[in-house]
Parts: sequence; C-alpha cells; structure tokens
Amino acid sequence: MSTIVRLPNQQDATLPRVSYLNKEYGLKSWLLTGDHKRIAILYLISITFFFFLGGAFAGLIRLELLTPLPDLVASDTYNKLFTMHGIIMVFLFLVPSVPATIGNFVLPIMLGARDLAFPKVNLLSWYLYVVAGIFTVSALVLGGVDTGWTFTTPLSTHYLNTHVVTAALGIFVAGFSSIFTGLNFIVTTHRMRAPGMTWFRMPLFVWSHYAASILMVLGTPVLAITLVLVALERTIGIGVFDPSKGGDPLLFQHLFWFYSHPAVYIMILPGMGVISEVISTFSRKRVFGYTAVAFSSVAIAVFGFFVWAHHMFIMGVSNYSALVFSLLTMLVAVPSAIKIFNWSATLYKGSITFETPMLYAFGFIGLFTIGGLTGVFLGSLGMDIHLTETYFIVAHFHFVMVGGMLMAYLAGVHFWWPKMTGRMYPEAVSKLAAVVTFIGFIITFFPQFVLGYLGMPRRYHAYPPEFQVLNVLSTAGATVLGIGYLMPMIYMTWSLKYGAIAGANPWQATGLEWQIASPPPTENFLEIPIVDHEAYDYEWLANKTEHEVTTVG
Amino acid sequence: MHFFSPVLWQFLVKWLTEFSLFPPQASAIAPYMDGFYFFLLLITLVGLLLVGLMVGTFSFVYRKDRSPQATHIEGSTLLEATWTIIPLALFMVCFVWGALLYFRIYNPPTNAMNIYIVGKQWMWKAEHPGGQHEINALHIPVGRDVQLTMVSQDVFHSFSIPAFRVKREVIPGRYSTVWFRATQLGEYHLFCTQYCGTLHSAMIGTITVLSPEAYEKWTAGSTSGQSLAQNGERLYASLGCSSCHNGNAGARGPNLAGVYGSRVTLEGGRVITVDDGFLRGSILNPTTHQVAGYAPIMPTYQGQVSEEGLIDLVEYIKGLDTNYRVQQTLDAKDASSNQKGATNAAPDYRPGLTTGTRQMRKEVPDTSTSSGVGVSPQ
Repeated sequence: MSTIVRLPNQQDATLPRVSYLNKEYGLKSWLLTGDHKRIAILYLISITFFFFLGGAFAGLIRLELLTPLPDLVASDTYNKLFTMHGIIMVFLFLVPSVPATIGNFVLPIMLGARDLAFPKVNLLSWYLYVVAGIFTVSALVLGGVDTGWTFTTPLSTHYLNTHVVTAALGIFVAGFSSIFTGLNFIVTTHRMRAPGMTWFRMPLFVWSHYAASILMVLGTPVLAITLVLVALERTIGIGVFDPSKGGDPLLFQHLFWFYSHPAVYIMILPGMGVISEVISTFSRKRVFGYTAVAFSSVAIAVFGFFVWAHHMFIMGVSNYSALVFSLLTMLVAVPSAIKIFNWSATLYKGSITFETPMLYAFGFIGLFTIGGLTGVFLGSLGMDIHLTETYFIVAHFHFVMVGGMLMAYLAGVHFWWPKMTGRMYPEAVSKLAAVVTFIGFIITFFPQFVLGYLGMPRRYHAYPPEFQVLNVLSTAGATVLGIGYLMPMIYMTWSLKYGAIAGANPWQATGLEWQIASPPPTENFLEIPIVDHEAYDYEWLANKTEHEVTTVG
Repeated sequence: MHFFSPVLWQFLVKWLTEFSLFPPQASAIAPYMDGFYFFLLLITLVGLLLVGLMVGTFSFVYRKDRSPQATHIEGSTLLEATWTIIPLALFMVCFVWGALLYFRIYNPPTNAMNIYIVGKQWMWKAEHPGGQHEINALHIPVGRDVQLTMVSQDVFHSFSIPAFRVKREVIPGRYSTVWFRATQLGEYHLFCTQYCGTLHSAMIGTITVLSPEAYEKWTAGSTSGQSLAQNGERLYASLGCSSCHNGNAGARGPNLAGVYGSRVTLEGGRVITVDDGFLRGSILNPTTHQVAGYAPIMPTYQGQVSEEGLIDLVEYIKGLDTNYRVQQTLDAKDASSNQKGATNAAPDYRPGLTTGTRQMRKEVPDTSTSSGVGVSPQ
C-alpha cells in the first residue's frame, strides 16, 4: 500500500469567519471561559512568562560560574537563584508545559470531543496555577528562598530563614492544578471519545497523556502531603523529620522522591506524545509498532512509581533495597529505548520532509538518547556513588528535561501553532532557531558531563580553578541557547499578524484536529465525527482529500 | 600571541595548564570505577551511533525528493522483541557490574583503620583515634584501608573525594561509613556535595595522602595528647556512666566490657549486633535501645553530649576489654596522666586499645547495613 499526499495550496487558504478566537471579545470572555482552547492559550501565555523568568535565573547562574571565585553575586543570592530556577522550571514550566497547553488544546479534539469532561475544573486548574505563580513570585519578591527545589530537610525546616513556607505553598497549589488537569484528561479519555474512536485508534499523543495523567493524579498528592509536613515542621515543629524528636530525615527523601521521580515521567511522557505525532506526520507514515509505543507509555507510568529510591543510593538506605531499586531502574529504561527505536524505524520507507517541528523532533531523539543512556550510568549502583550530586547529574537531567522535553515542547508548539492561531510561523528563521537551540544546548550541557566525572559538585557557587575552561564553555553555550529560545518568542508573536494563513491541514496530518478549521470553532465539531479508521491512516486521508476535491470540483 | 597581549597570554596559559578532563586515579577502587565508566560510555556511544545511523540514513534515503510515496508498515514483533531484549540484557550487565562495585565500596574490609568525621555547617572535622583533630583536611597513609565513620551535627552533608571515586551522605543523627585505600601520594579535593546552606561551596577541604613514614611523623607531630578513648574515659566518668555500667554483679546497667561487636537481645526480643550506631543511639535514646533484663531507668543524654563527645564515648566503649579501670572510678586527671606514657611511646595509633578493637571488628561483617539501627523510630 502506498499513498501520495499533496500539500494543499497555501494561497487558497482563508481564515474561518468565526473561530474560538473571535467568537467573543473582551478580557471577561477569556477569564471566565470554559473553552479548553482558550484555557490552553491562557496557560501558554503564563507558562511562557515563567519559562523566561526561570531562564533569566539560569542565565545569572551561568554568568556567576564564568569565574571560579564567588564574585558576581553573594552566596545566599546564588543559592536563591538556583532554587528559584529549579522551582519555576519544574513546577511552573515543565510539569504543565505540554499537557496544559498543547494537551489542553488538542486532546479533546483528537478524541472527537467538544470539550474536556469538566470545563470548569479545567478553568479552576488554570486559576490554581496562577495562584501558585503568585505565591512563587511573592516568595521571590519578599526575598527569595534557598532550599534548592528539593526542599531537603532538616535544612529547609530548621536551618534557613527564608520564605520556605510561601514557596512550598506555591508548589502545593500548583500540584492541585496538575491533579485537576490529569483528572480531566483521564475522564475525557474514558468517557468522551467519538463513536468509533476505540482505544487503539487513539493517537499516541493521547496514550502518553493518559499515562502521564495517571501519574499526576496518583503521585502529586504525596508531594502535597510532604510539603504540608515541611510547613508544619517549620512552623510548629511536629518533628516528623527531626532525629532529635525521634523523626527520620530520610523519610522526607522517600516521600519527596516518591512524587518527584514519577514527576520526571509526568514531564517527559507528554513530550513523547508530541514526538510520535510529529515523526508520523512528516514521514507520512503510521508510527512503527503503534501498540508497542502505546504500551511503553503505560509501562513507564507503572514502573515509574517504583524507582524513587535510586535518588538515595548514597544516603544510607540498606544495600539490599538499593539493589532492588537499581534493578527496577534498569527496567524503566527499556520502554524508553523501545520508543526511540520505534520512532527511528518509522522513518524507514517514509516520505520525509524536514519542517521545523521535525527538526526539533530529531533534536529530541538525539538528546533524549544521550539523556536516557546517561541515566543508566546513574542507575548503576557503583557508578552512582561517584556521579550523584555532581554536574554529571545536572547534565543528565538537563539532557532529558531541556534537550528532551523542551525540544518536544517547541516541536509541539510549532506543529500545532497553525491550528491554534490559523497562521504559519516563518519557516526559514524557525529552522535556524531549531539548529541554534540544538547547538547551544550541546555546548552548554556536554561539558557538564565531563565536569561531573571530574567531581564538580552541583549547587557550587565557587569551584576549583581547573574546572574553569569547561565552565566557560558551558556559559558560552548558554548564551547561544538563550538566543535559540528568544527567536521563537519573537517570530511567533510576529506571525500572529503577519504569518501566512495556514488553512485547515497545512501538514496533511491525519489527526481529527487537522480535519477542522484553523483556528477551530468554539464547539470544535459542528457534527461529532464517526471514526472509521486507525490513527495515522494516510490512505484514509488521501481518499478523503480526493473526495473533497471531486465534490467541490 | 604573547607579543600581542601578555596579560591575555598569561591568562590563557594559566587556564590551559590548570585545565583537566579526567580526575586523578588515586585509590584502589578508582581503576574499577573508571573501567565501568568506559564500558557505560561505550554502550552510550554504540546506542547513539545506532540511533544516529538509523535516523540519518532513513532521512537521506527516504526524503521526499527520492521517496515521494510512503509505504505503509504496521510494525514487526520480531524487531520489537529485538530492541526490547538487547537493551534489557545490556542494562542487566550494567546492573550486576554496578552492584558489585557498590558492595565493594560500601562494605569495609575488617582491618581498616577508623577515622571519625563530623560534618557541620560549613566545615569538616576529622577525629583520629590517636587524638589528632583536623578541620577541612584529612591526612591518611598510602596503601592502607581507611574507614570513615561519619555523622552530621546539623543538616545533610555529603563527603566526596572524586580522586578516590567515593562519596557518602553524612546524615544528622546517624552514622554512615565509607572506606578507601589511597594508592597515590598527593593532595586531593574533598567536597561537600549535598547542598547544605549558604557556604555549601566553601565546605571543601584537602585530602593529603602521605607515605607511611611521613604519616607517622604527622601523627606524632599533631597529637593533642589525648586519644579519643582517653577523652571518652573522662566523659564516661564525668557523666556518671560508671555508676550503673560498672560490670558489678547486680549493676543497674549492662556490662559494657567487650560489648562492642557482640550480639545483644533487646526488650521485645530483637537481637542486634552492637556497632557504633547502636552505642550512639543507646546514649541518646536509651528507651528505644533497651537491653532485655534491665529496667528502663537510663536518662537521655540528648543535648548534653556533642557529636564529638559521643565519638569519644563510642571509641572508649569499643576498646573496653575489662571493667578494671571502670571500677577504679578514676577521676579525669588520673586517667590522663596514667595513659600519657603509653601514647607517647608509640604515637602511631592508640596502641593499648587497637588489638581489642580489631578482634571485635572481625565479628561485625557489615557495619554499613546495620548502621541505620541507631535511630530506629519504627
């Protein structure tokens, strides 16, 4: 079987007369909306703000590390910088990034639904996010917090005099925002699928969001409990984590990582969903091994819950429990490998074009492979002793979170931008941005692996002079990376007014979201579609397009 | 270049001469760690190359110009099985290799010399059994197994020596241990790798590896005159421990002579091996460490004894072979003057007590796994 897909003529495309963007006007119509697409846009704006705020802190950190001496900012300020960078990037950017923006926008449409199951809960989730943002920003404005994003006790409970409770409250509230999003996705996936949309006809994007949602709903409450205990310990000294009162400081580590390890998968799984869509679309081919990719998402979600103690191999957990957690960590690496191989195999006998989302997706595959395999270093017990708490681990999780997740997020934003706004981003400059980001990323984070093996500890304000060359390299790369992130910000904004009009399906993609107007009408589908084809069925798409041409002609 | 700008030239030279890409291999375990590291690097390179080749080749061969039509392929169970089983097998090799290395690093050999480390915001204190104290420095002899028994006075710290490839969390209220054997003379970095507050990055120090002769010279030159056990003996007397733990028939507390390394039945029937952590825990939380057959009358010494004091006491009890000296109820002055002679005669390493400690140590196969016993709130 083979299909030839012709791209539609861009000149003929027009914007629909009525869409979700122009149906109602005014601030109130946005702030009180129940429309998942408008909420996605609200999320998009707010997480972009926090991304650049967190990025600014990263810039200052890199600037400080240009020289071995602690000379740009004071030690306390430096500690606040990396703490705020971590808190903002993890809880206010990475966790909501793909699910709350792209997921919110396209997940219901992909399933053939008019909205998410609970539109008001969806709006509430955004408001909670804003409240969390306000708490975090006020912790920042009031003087900052310097616990590190991991809130390690007893440092955070007894030894610091900063706004720990305010920041913890922010994360607590952000957690509920994430629980509500997860809940909405799970119920929508179960109950709101269009007729004929069976589980194995769902796009892989939905599968990965479903897996991530399970993690959000089951994992995040533990984080909430942990933060409440930290706050109580700080304020009234209940002593759960205090050894002098019979508490156990290691208990905090267990509780915190019980959420924060699955949180890594909450962040990366939705990104993997984006990559599946993008690779399939630009190879004009069904994702190789659909079922394997779908089940690997579920496998990651399940195993993801049982590996948390691999953050504690050197912390005096018993040697035998370390053994078990190391074994489980090795198992969780396998589904990720399966995904990588399936994406690569999807390209085989495809008809590949290299639009910007595809370039970002290639970046994802390369960087995530490195990020994932360096995770095996850290999951191996003996190796972890030397590498943990050094720049190696910093490089590892930035390869996964920034090289992987952020690349996937940018791939997704570029991919669905025409659907969200009705306009195309400028192709040439965006390709340049993708390349700049990739190069900048490699220069920034590759030297950190070397630094890590040399033994440079993370969260160090000053460091021995022999580490300087690599640090300078890293800072130089960060500058390039920063430019790579600013570029989309600028041309995306430009394209809102001046971008070419996209038309309904500029990529000739098969997802249901591409079969409706861009930007979509408020109710998504005038008529609920009946799904009679598999996901990524380009044959079906070609027939449909031909049929349309004949009826019009 | 140096004609153009001498300052810049100097800067560059300094920069590049101090530049390093690989840490020194200065301990017995380091070559094993590096071997494993290169194996993992190899796996990463092969994996990356494989993925890169697939993506690169397919992108070239099946780009739209050359391949205007995509061919529908559903998938292949055989291929799925291949790329499930081969990575799994490789990861299992990593798992086993890593586990062997881990057990090697965290299970100390029986005859290691013991040094105590107390971490606090923001300094490292090292206490040698012979009574040498160091701050942000540690002198050790080359070619000898050294075990560190570490505890934190406040927050989590982490004791890391990259050149030795060892690291261990230093935990408040609980002893943790790590061991190494230095193989190269020289000075190496000591880092605190767990974020511990304002001056985290200043909690660094120097590990100095000395030849055996230089080490003996150093221990003789920097002794404070009192070994840890001697300090412990004074504390033992001044805290009144000997009024109950005196070894007499009908004493209110258990006999402590030879207790270290022995197996003891606790109230409730649990049998444990007495190690450093248990001794420390018994002093601070006697009720949770109640030995069967004794009334729970011992008061807690929480807040009365510093971590250093606890180390002294533990070291004293460790070396307690008989109750002869306890029963003498010596006061502190006598204790110090009596033993000074012994320390000076062989300044190396607490001669009077070493043999006893070593014999005890053999009965404790694995201190690191049982070091958690000390706190045991559960």
